[in-house]
Amino acid sequence: MGYSGFRVIKEGLFGQKGWKPVWRDPAPKAEYDAIIIGGGGHGLSTAYYLAKEHGLTNIAVLEKGYIGGGNVGRNTTIVRANYFLPGNSEFYSHSLKLWETMEQELNYNVMHSQRGLINLFHSDGQRDAFARRGNAMINQGDDAILLDREGVRAHLPYLDFDNVRFPVYGGLLHPRGGTARHDAVAWGYARGADQRGVDIIQNCEVTGIDIEAGVVKGVQTTRGAIKAKKVGIVVAGRSGQVAAMAGMRLPIESHVLQAFVTEGLKPVIDHVVSFGMGHFYISQSDKGGLVFGGDLDFYSSYASRGNLPMKEHVMDAAMTLMPMIGKAKVLRSWGGIMDMTPDGSPIIDKTPTTGLFIDCGWCYGGFKAVPGSGFSFAHLMATGNHHEPAAKYRLDRFRTGVGLMDEEGTGSQHNLH
Amino acid sequence: MRIPCPNCGERDRREFYYQGDAVALNRPAPDAGPQAWDDYIHNRDNPAGETRDIWFHEAGCGAWLVVERNTVTHAVHGATLAGLVKR
Amino acid sequence: MRLQKPEATVTFTFDGRRIKGVAGEPVSAALLANGIKLVARSFKYHRPRGVMSAGSEEQNALVTVGRGAQTEPNLRATTLEVAEGLEVFSQNAWPSLRYDMMAVNDFVSPFLAAGFYYKTFMWPRSFWEKLYEPIIRRAAGLGGLSGETNPDDYEKAFAFCDVLVIGAGPAGLMAALTAGRAGADVILADEDTAMGGRLLREREDMDGKPAAEWVAAALAELGAMKNVRLMTRTTVTGAYDQGTYGALERVAGPRQTGKPLECFWRIVAKRAILCAGALERPIAFPNNDRPGIMMASAVRAYVNRWGVAPGKAVTIFGNNDDAHRTARDLVAAGIKVAALIDSRDDAKVSGDYPIYTGGQVTATKGRHGLESITITHSGGTRTIRTDCLAMSGGWNPTVHLTCHMNGRPTWREDIASFVPTPDSIPGLVVAGACNGAFSTAACLAEGAAVAADVAQGLGLNAAVTLPAADDGAYAITPLWAVPGKGRKWIDFQNDVHVKDIKLAAQENFRSVEHMKRYTTQGMAPDQGKSSNVVALAVLADATGRGIPETGTTTFRPPYVPVSIASMGAGSQGKGFAPERFTTSHKATVDRGAPMIEAGLWYRPSYFPVQGETHWRQSCDREVGYVRNTVGICDVSTLGKIDIQGPDAATLLDFVYTNMFSTLPVGRVRYGLMLREDGHVLDDGTTARLGAQHFVMTTTTAAAGLVMRHLEFVLQVLRPDLDAKVISVTEQWAQFAVAGPQARTLLNTVLDQELTDKDWPFMACGPVGVSGVQGRLFRISFSGEHAYEVAVPSRYGESLFRLLVAQAEVMGGGPYGMEALNVLRIEKGFITHAEIHGRTTAFDIGFERMVSAKKDCIGKAAASRPGLLGAGRQQLVGLRAKGADHVLTAGAHLFEKAAQEVRTNSQGYVTSVCYSPTLDTYLALAFLENGRARHGEVIKLRDHLRNITEEVEVCDPVFFDPTGGRARG
Repeated sequence: MGYSGFRVIKEGLFGQKGWKPVWRDPAPKAEYDAIIIGGGGHGLSTAYYLAKEHGLTNIAVLEKGYIGGGNVGRNTTIVRANYFLPGNSEFYSHSLKLWETMEQELNYNVMHSQRGLINLFHSDGQRDAFARRGNAMINQGDDAILLDREGVRAHLPYLDFDNVRFPVYGGLLHPRGGTARHDAVAWGYARGADQRGVDIIQNCEVTGIDIEAGVVKGVQTTRGAIKAKKVGIVVAGRSGQVAAMAGMRLPIESHVLQAFVTEGLKPVIDHVVSFGMGHFYISQSDKGGLVFGGDLDFYSSYASRGNLPMKEHVMDAAMTLMPMIGKAKVLRSWGGIMDMTPDGSPIIDKTPTTGLFIDCGWCYGGFKAVPGSGFSFAHLMATGNHHEPAAKYRLDRFRTGVGLMDEEGTGSQHNLH
Repeated sequence: MRIPCPNCGERDRREFYYQGDAVALNRPAPDAGPQAWDDYIHNRDNPAGETRDIWFHEAGCGAWLVVERNTVTHAVHGATLAGLVKR
Repeated sequence: MRLQKPEATVTFTFDGRRIKGVAGEPVSAALLANGIKLVARSFKYHRPRGVMSAGSEEQNALVTVGRGAQTEPNLRATTLEVAEGLEVFSQNAWPSLRYDMMAVNDFVSPFLAAGFYYKTFMWPRSFWEKLYEPIIRRAAGLGGLSGETNPDDYEKAFAFCDVLVIGAGPAGLMAALTAGRAGADVILADEDTAMGGRLLREREDMDGKPAAEWVAAALAELGAMKNVRLMTRTTVTGAYDQGTYGALERVAGPRQTGKPLECFWRIVAKRAILCAGALERPIAFPNNDRPGIMMASAVRAYVNRWGVAPGKAVTIFGNNDDAHRTARDLVAAGIKVAALIDSRDDAKVSGDYPIYTGGQVTATKGRHGLESITITHSGGTRTIRTDCLAMSGGWNPTVHLTCHMNGRPTWREDIASFVPTPDSIPGLVVAGACNGAFSTAACLAEGAAVAADVAQGLGLNAAVTLPAADDGAYAITPLWAVPGKGRKWIDFQNDVHVKDIKLAAQENFRSVEHMKRYTTQGMAPDQGKSSNVVALAVLADATGRGIPETGTTTFRPPYVPVSIASMGAGSQGKGFAPERFTTSHKATVDRGAPMIEAGLWYRPSYFPVQGETHWRQSCDREVGYVRNTVGICDVSTLGKIDIQGPDAATLLDFVYTNMFSTLPVGRVRYGLMLREDGHVLDDGTTARLGAQHFVMTTTTAAAGLVMRHLEFVLQVLRPDLDAKVISVTEQWAQFAVAGPQARTLLNTVLDQELTDKDWPFMACGPVGVSGVQGRLFRISFSGEHAYEVAVPSRYGESLFRLLVAQAEVMGGGPYGMEALNVLRIEKGFITHAEIHGRTTAFDIGFERMVSAKKDCIGKAAASRPGLLGAGRQQLVGLRAKGADHVLTAGAHLFEKAAQEVRTNSQGYVTSVCYSPTLDTYLALAFLENGRARHGEVIKLRDHLRNITEEVEVCDPVFFDPTGGRARG
């Protein structure tokens, strides 16, 4: 059923009776051509692109809870393509291009808003590092503008330019950066996949992966055994546990990242603002809530909740950077489980088991990757070949040291990102 | 979150620096080979449940600790000076 | 209308209208007392709304207070205290609260059902950002921020106790009394301005006297206990690990000076007792949101506690016995009860007013204030004139804090509510109404019992004595939503009604989390405190499941909205991070040097002299000091770590790639340090002062990191080593004395003559500095004949002044970071611009510094194939065509004819300077296979600054490549 303004008006006149389920709730079949474990953003987009790009429609997405309940539904909604290392550059560039056509393609408004992202810098050295980044973005064909202090002031007059601990030297503006309505992305892909025949099966937890002679045969679930020729693991926050079902040990530690939202406020912050010195980033949702976050709590955790020290640190950063924000009130805070890899970049790869694939390690950058990750993972699962923009996301790069992508420069070993 | 430092008693998490899995205690021999080093530096059990990890009482006594805790409940069972842990 | 004339009044304003109120009462009480029903507009449809509750759970009556920078939006009129001169404004309405243009949304509401925006606004694509989104953003939101810098004071504080009692109603007071009497260290926190909870709001007797008297006596007793701390206006906002609780104290009203506005507490409690009470929930019936329709308990609170009649002819609609209290209290206060409607057929109720059992409210009238209701009951349909409807759908225990660690509450059929699941929060127990015990007697008994148990757990003996109190039973037959047409509001704040939830179910948003996210139910500032259970019940009904199977969403901290200013108190302006100053700071600032941040330190950018108008003039002059005469630079910010012990040398061999055990006493060596992942961590010099005594120098940025790293190695990796490390960065002030005249200058301040024979390049040792015991290191970061002289910090300022004065006599002077940077680039010395975390020893041409004779941190990982080889980008120098050709750091490098795209980028520039020594721009850069390409001309491209330059690749050491000047 197509969505349109006309349809909204028609249904409004007739009591909304004509709206159909956005996705079906089918019972699992005994066998599929491919199974995606994990009904988050990445899993749903993988299913969608398998169906759309590769014509694979006899597939199922198995979700242990409700779809979109993981990190796609608990992030700070930032969409950007401002990476600078080879491997990341081309991947996020591709992902952003998919974002730019997603709504029309899915016929679902995810409120993708390219309002511009500004990364602030606070020293000559940081400016030089951002210049390298900005030039890499333009090399890639994306957009970047280096702002001086006055340039930042023109965009963000409410920052403290006079008394702040780390004065603003300037910023790197990424005009195509922005935000989107996070839940809608999961629902939009679910609807698109469902319309193409994909079975989305909720409340179906995978409890084992069936492997015979090094070849995947299917999965065991809380709703019975399901056979499959190919299985993709896309379970951010549970990657280690599910991979262990196939005997794998991953270069991943799970950490908690908190996020915050304030009460609704009239428009006051029109961009996405990122304050590296304070590990603080913020934007304003279309509903008016200020949505912001900070750094990891820094201890491995599966609790989906954090503690006060990092909450306070985030508020501290907000107050030093933009003291006009003080009387906004935090209404809710929450935590997500981050798959942290040693170098801070993700993995989209085959596994030692034939027919078993894995997409994991998105650290705290998975939301903007939802379309690109699904597209590239679907390509890998369908063709057996790495999709060019994601070709460097190899599992073995840590062992070989080839193609490490440490964007932060803090090290390619755990707990430094 | 509060960590029981064997030297200082229970202190707030903000006094501590978190290092990571206690696998760090068992550094391989220089010639142990790529797989051993890959396992040491990168690959993790990453348990959802009981774990042992390493913390530094940086804003306190300066002791490195091995902390036993639960990654799901955040319960902290105890801490030992890293230098005293058998390996 | 006030029931009695108040003794004294103050004047405040609401939308400019002057209103008399009683100081300390909530603004909502004063507005009701003055007959003001319409106080707000709703979020989505801009429906007219009035006061609904008498506490922090308020959904409707959100207001803005103050003007200019003090503007504070989204305050609850029900907790905002009246004060003289307070300026209160309605919000989310234009041009006025009464005539709000955006109320047009309400008339087109059939087209704005839950989630409508996901289905439209997609064509044409560019219209979303240009048209639709700006309109939606302007219409949404509640109040507004001023956009001006916060002018008020906020604080943060820590507190510790044995027992934290949360909530000071009957259960909390009894718990605090019991624990306090037993000798426990107690904090009793309550969000109200006065303690007593429902005992302040209900007409009840305790021990045969009005409950208020018992409350006063209990508070007097608690106040006299030294081991009890009473915290009013303090909301416990969150439960965290190991007994840590966040709490927000509203210290002063907006008009008080000399006090912080709020204080955010971090309370650490061995045990906690949650006595947070319960919140009354509404009933969903058509147009149940009109101003004048309130919670029944709120009506009683306004009548009994604040002496305000919320209406002249009040009707009551409930599904439980508790609602009947309302009628009794109104009659006692002399207020007309127009009708009591109980939805239960079998309700036992009597009174001198019209009573309709088995009845339901099916319609209401009065856009800006309730005028009448229509009821349907066994006798038919009837319209009743009323200006206030008190509704009660039963009570929801305040379980929120027990859900902050992912706990899920348990459904109790008998009270048709969720109660906390035991042990949801380690160390926290629950008592009273928040545990589903609704009568005063039950609250007192539970409070005392759990407190006695907690005290016993702490090794204390507690005695329990209870006052006599009301022990009425609570009977309820759930009524969630009245059948029939019309919008029946559930989440008043986000404008979610019954049909929205049914639509969500129809579209398969059947999971409670999907329903919440699709309809925005429970996502408003009140987090669905009053509305969530009703919504669940409606969803359960729509999906054919029971309420327990439907489950709840997760309540997240904070319990009430918390200002960013309170949790970030102290960080505004410079408070965000410590400021570190060198001993020469004052002398440097006195010379007009602009200071720049270097980590937490401040260092001088350059030292301007009269006549200079551009930093480059100063920088070039300062470079000239060092190259031609002598320059002075404070280098105290570099990390200094004292290392002692029999195994000190072994430790250094393990953390550095190169050998230090072979370093003779009295000598300094440059060292390179890797992380275990094989990349460069830091570099610096280490001096051997004695056989078992070294002093390590780190970069400014990595000082803390390296210190932690050394402790890690000593305590975790190599506890067998007998060595100790300590940071002495702040104990020593250290100055570089650099230039051909450095020795001459030092000889004017040292107690003994420096000779080249005794002090060759890389020598170190103790020296007397004008009578002070100091240290001297013959090291150079400029490539010149240079020293670093260190004295205990207390002599730092005078030594700096002395060195600078002597340098100036000789034609030299102080130099800053700009000149330091030029000097090091001319020499190809690296900083964190080059060792930025992704570079290896191989990349910077130091692979031969990784000793083959020993293990060291990072050695194994550095030998991985990906960290070596021609494919890696290697450190090179770049020379511009001449002084007019500006090079920029951050530019990328390409072959001369290559297109400037990612796949052709072969490297990037890390550092640039104009070299006055060589009269050209120089750069350090990383270039693919760069060491083999010296002499090649390549293209530098900076898209951002639109610079394209041809540059010659060369050795990174541009000046004095043989190092003769430093040795001479």
